[in-house]
Amino acid sequence: MELLIAFVKALVALLIILQVTVLLLWIERKGSALIQDRVGANRANIFGGLLPFNLGIVNTLMADPLKLFHKEDIVPKDADRFLHWLAPFAAVLPLFVTFAVVPFGDVLVIGDTVINLQAAELEVGLLFILGMVSLGVYGVIIGGWASNSRYAFLGGVRGSAQMISYEIGLGLALVSVVLTYGTLDLQAIARAQGELMWGVIPAWGVFYQPLALVLFFIAGMAESKRAPFDLPEAESELVAGFYTEYSGSKQSMFMMSDFIEIAIVAALVTTLFFGGWQVPYLYRDGFHLPGGLFLAVPSLLVTLLQVLAFLVKLFIFCWLQILVRWTFPRMRYDHLMMLGWKRLLPLGLANVAVSAVLVLALEGWTVA
Amino acid sequence: MIAFYFVALLMIASALTVILHRNPIYSALALVNTLFLIAVSFVLLDAELIAMLQVIVYAGAIVILFLFVIMLLNVEAEKHAFRLSRAGTAGLALALLLAVELGVLVVVWEPARVETPPAGFGSTELLAEHLFARSFLPFELTSVLLLVAVVGAVVMARRKA
Repeated sequence: MELLIAFVKALVALLIILQVTVLLLWIERKGSALIQDRVGANRANIFGGLLPFNLGIVNTLMADPLKLFHKEDIVPKDADRFLHWLAPFAAVLPLFVTFAVVPFGDVLVIGDTVINLQAAELEVGLLFILGMVSLGVYGVIIGGWASNSRYAFLGGVRGSAQMISYEIGLGLALVSVVLTYGTLDLQAIARAQGELMWGVIPAWGVFYQPLALVLFFIAGMAESKRAPFDLPEAESELVAGFYTEYSGSKQSMFMMSDFIEIAIVAALVTTLFFGGWQVPYLYRDGFHLPGGLFLAVPSLLVTLLQVLAFLVKLFIFCWLQILVRWTFPRMRYDHLMMLGWKRLLPLGLANVAVSAVLVLALEGWTVA
Repeated sequence: MIAFYFVALLMIASALTVILHRNPIYSALALVNTLFLIAVSFVLLDAELIAMLQVIVYAGAIVILFLFVIMLLNVEAEKHAFRLSRAGTAGLALALLLAVELGVLVVVWEPARVETPPAGFGSTELLAEHLFARSFLPFELTSVLLLVAVVGAVVMARRKA
């Protein structure tokens, strides 16, 4: 029974990431069309008469992936064949496991069994995600080098330098969050955000660490290598950067790793700053509204509402990243490095110092 | 126990790849693999925090910089087979000595019997307490040492320019 529950939870975590990735592909294509005032993907309309507009679901969710997966796989003549093959896997596999530690709900109660809605109850969950994301850099750098192409190589070098630089800002933003909650366990952080400030405002991370949220969001977007931080694949200078020499399914694996990184950043922003699965005033037995109002809700519905809240928040922050991507122009490389090292790093350090002093000075300031 | 031997064997294999492979890029990647497997064996020892730090710091950052330098310098694969120099012979002799020493130790030495580890063993709280309450001075001195190294590197880079 225990094993079965663990298996199902792991499967759910994997499915969430796969589904979110595919949906993001659709949101990206239709969303960019919306932003740029185009029609976008519109072939093979399956709900023809039902909707006033065409969703383009067949294009983006079925035809595109199918096309990508049976395209010819081309390996350049002088490429290092083994590393060229290895790079897409190195880019995408570490990211698959990250959702294991993200809580997507509080608990599911079936009879006497209480199931914690988090695939892996890891005490150091936050560090686990950071570690796996930092391993993803190898795919970029190996892919760039193994292709034996100057464009790919430049893209790979740019990518690894950028990701290492922004990991520091990312880490510092997270340190101040950890200081506030006093734990590295994402489920514990999500639970702590169910408290209320002054009995009214939900104690979400955004109210405790607004600066950390901004720093984390910027650094996280730079980590996922998309515009305005897409210098590793800058198409106007480097063709397609580190994956210039990739085609078919391998190229789509690199694309997928970008989308998974968007989902991870959104999941972390949701969990650390916006209460994770928390619905304001909703507890395990129902709504406790300020002013003493109480509304009983059955346990199963509570769980359902929480999972729904998590997914809605997740997609809001995914959409925000896509919006930024299609709205801002690419940065210049020296500006990128300047932002990382001269803006985010000192601000992050200052935020950590101020948070540490506040945690010590005001015992009641922390959530934990 | 089986898990430990499995991980240990893989670790030794990839450590040998680090020193024996002709292409420095492959050596660096084998090093990543070795460091990652060390993290896995930390997990087997219930030290999850150390394992994650191992992955983030060594596998995720330091070796990336190694790779970066190797690629930028465009180091090519060694064309000649490995030949023993005078220093190499001395190193080999020392390595043999160490191997004999360790072999003798394994036979003679009796490991201290550890009872079941205390509650919360390997947890972040326990480690933090050890690090920041009991070993605070060594910890701070180490960070000063690292700072000196960073400043030194910057000074040397400036002088050249």
